[in-house]
Amino acid sequence: MLEHALKGNKKYWGWLFFLSLIIIIGFYFYLRQLNYGLGITGMSRNVSWGLYIAQFTFIVGVAASAVMVVLPYYLHNYKEFGKVTILGEFLAISSVIMCILFVTVDLGQPFRIANIFLYPTFHSLMFWDVLALSGYLVINVIITRVTLSAENKSMAPPKWIRSVIILSIPWAVSIHTVTAFLFAGLAGRPFWLTAILAPRFLASAFSAGPALLLIFCLILRRITKFDPGNEAIKKLGLIITYAMCVNVFFILMELFTTIYSGIPDHNSHLQYLYIGLDGNARLVPWMWTSAILAIVALVFLIVPKIRNNQKMLLIACIIVFLSIWIDKGLGLVITGFIPNPFGKVIQYWPTIPESFIALGIWAVGIFLITIFYKIALSVRREIEI
Amino acid sequence: MNKSRRNFLKIAGITAIGIASDKYISARTQDTASKLAKVINPTKKLTRTKVVKKERLAMVLDLKKCISQNGCTKCIDICNKIHNIPDFGETKDEIKWIWKEPYENAFIDQENFYMTDEFKDKKIPVFCNNCDNPPCVEVCPTQATFKRDDGIVMMDWHRCIGCRYCMAACPYGSRSFNWRDPKPFIKDVNPDFPTRTKGVVEKCEFCDERLSQGLPPACVEVCPEKALVFGNLNDPQSEVRKLLKENFSIRRKPGLGTNPEIYYLV
Amino acid sequence: MYDAGKIILGLIIFVGLFTSPIWYDLLNGKAALKRPDLVLPSKENQKECVADTTFMRSNHMILLNDWRYEVVREGKRIFVSEQHKNFDMSLTKTCLNCHSNASKFCDQCHNYVGVSPYCWDCHSEQLHPTEHGLISKKMESKQ
Repeated sequence: MLEHALKGNKKYWGWLFFLSLIIIIGFYFYLRQLNYGLGITGMSRNVSWGLYIAQFTFIVGVAASAVMVVLPYYLHNYKEFGKVTILGEFLAISSVIMCILFVTVDLGQPFRIANIFLYPTFHSLMFWDVLALSGYLVINVIITRVTLSAENKSMAPPKWIRSVIILSIPWAVSIHTVTAFLFAGLAGRPFWLTAILAPRFLASAFSAGPALLLIFCLILRRITKFDPGNEAIKKLGLIITYAMCVNVFFILMELFTTIYSGIPDHNSHLQYLYIGLDGNARLVPWMWTSAILAIVALVFLIVPKIRNNQKMLLIACIIVFLSIWIDKGLGLVITGFIPNPFGKVIQYWPTIPESFIALGIWAVGIFLITIFYKIALSVRREIEI
Repeated sequence: MNKSRRNFLKIAGITAIGIASDKYISARTQDTASKLAKVINPTKKLTRTKVVKKERLAMVLDLKKCISQNGCTKCIDICNKIHNIPDFGETKDEIKWIWKEPYENAFIDQENFYMTDEFKDKKIPVFCNNCDNPPCVEVCPTQATFKRDDGIVMMDWHRCIGCRYCMAACPYGSRSFNWRDPKPFIKDVNPDFPTRTKGVVEKCEFCDERLSQGLPPACVEVCPEKALVFGNLNDPQSEVRKLLKENFSIRRKPGLGTNPEIYYLV
Repeated sequence: MYDAGKIILGLIIFVGLFTSPIWYDLLNGKAALKRPDLVLPSKENQKECVADTTFMRSNHMILLNDWRYEVVREGKRIFVSEQHKNFDMSLTKTCLNCHSNASKFCDQCHNYVGVSPYCWDCHSEQLHPTEHGLISKKMESKQ
């Protein structure tokens, strides 16, 4: 089946070539980072996790979101998602690979990464995160391989694959929960020390992930013979709507507890985000943009007339994705460090090399998605060579 | 592809996994199955050649004595000197094991606008508390930072992968990361202590290399006011225990449950 | 065969990349074509090593790794050699005390076999050798 990825028209190869350029540029900057050290990024003694971990957190969510199409189809026999589940699973694979890449480029000594496996540490959440993500990758690779090769031979997949698929459902929830635990268990970072962090992560993941999936479906419908079906699109839109409502509700819950209780330890971080602290306000315009986008997205999604208009739905999905990307991919990780344990504000902004490395990894993800979708659709004869 | 090629690839894959697991197992047993390191009881010259269990090493800092010398940085200077701490000239990549923070920032959970002038705006030394219940040890995925039996939270720079999870977990901001190669920025290299390489986290370790020779930590020895006292909390006769018995002491962020082992006498 | 041109071209590129360490060093003149020229510690400075030469030649890396484990993680610092001599388990203070010039000793064999251990990233080789090789004396701390 892999040979489908090697056959394509000019647009296909042109797109892959363009992505490869971005990847190569990112790789070049990564070599520079290996040479100079992580100081080439904007991270500092105070903000010791930056763009890489922020992107990691966001994309783990996207990886987990495959469950939103897998669960209705396999657990509740919602046949309309039949064409979409494989796309969700491939999205999961690409996302997990992106996550692994983001974590690797963030390490100070990446060549020692085997130490995590040589010296397993059961009380460290990071160890469990690595296990959970690796397991999820393996599960999804098995699922896609088996189901797709069965389809390729016009056969039904073997019975045991259903157990693996059902396993992937709680596993998907667990990968993002473990990632949330990584943050939420730290007594020293009051911004993250909240029970609602894991539910927030899941809610935002289940909004942003399916939104991305929907965007992909609509793009594929435009450029190939693939058509997920209007029912599937409608249902996906509904899932995104409910997830986004829950996500915004959770954010409001956070705001309430923090603002009403007025504890400076917790308050100061939100103040930095939305008003600015001690004259430092670099993230303020971003956070308000995210908030406004979220509200606009909610309006588009909740009003049935707008949601059922597929053009508007596409726009709503893009807005949802952007809003959550700002909130999770920028606001969440960095703000945990600002102000620092001494109450001082030291700001952070990614540098050019850092941004290009991150961009390179995004390009890797999209490269993989392109190849995977090409294979999947070719197998289904829904794409011309 | 035809059947035989597929079978070949399958067998090759399984063989590769087999070889890899064998290497993994032998790598794991190498550390422990050592025929080499034969350790016996210490000679007369070394007083601490093995870690004594049930020690609780702690530091007591008399704030009043320290603040009386406002502007003194002897403890910081000696630590930076003997531990090859680089000076980058800017705060982004800075590495500091012991430094001074204003009282209001070091004890940020004790907001008090009417703090006595004696402490107001005064800078006090802060360093790794070598907590009894260290969150950094809890989160390290490779046990590169670990709690020794004598209470010191140690760093193993050979094992650290530089993930900086410990830095995120520390409620006191005690840890520094080598964002770049420190060697060009060290003024005088002390040959008796390793420098570090880029990509690992470091912090104060209560001068473990001096403790092994029966010497107190350098900051304790060099303080002109004798404001720093170091000792074993489990020994009821130790000076630290006496000081804590006779004076009121506070610790940084005790409510977090980390049980920091640096006591500030006020 | 199908696509003969592409396959043969790919094979040539692959073989080229695969053998690159060999011809890269050859081109750069770094290939150690002569045997290592070890400079051993001088007669005055020559004390006993922690173990015999054959053992050290094949096992010094494992020895050092174990030393690090014992010192850093267990807090044990005394090593007893087969001649019942005590040594401080320290690369810097024990080994480099006698083998003080790394480029004339350590690097000779390392370059010959093409390994670059990262010891020198931290255990600086520009050292002042301490006077007595066994156990380091008190640090002069009163500055």
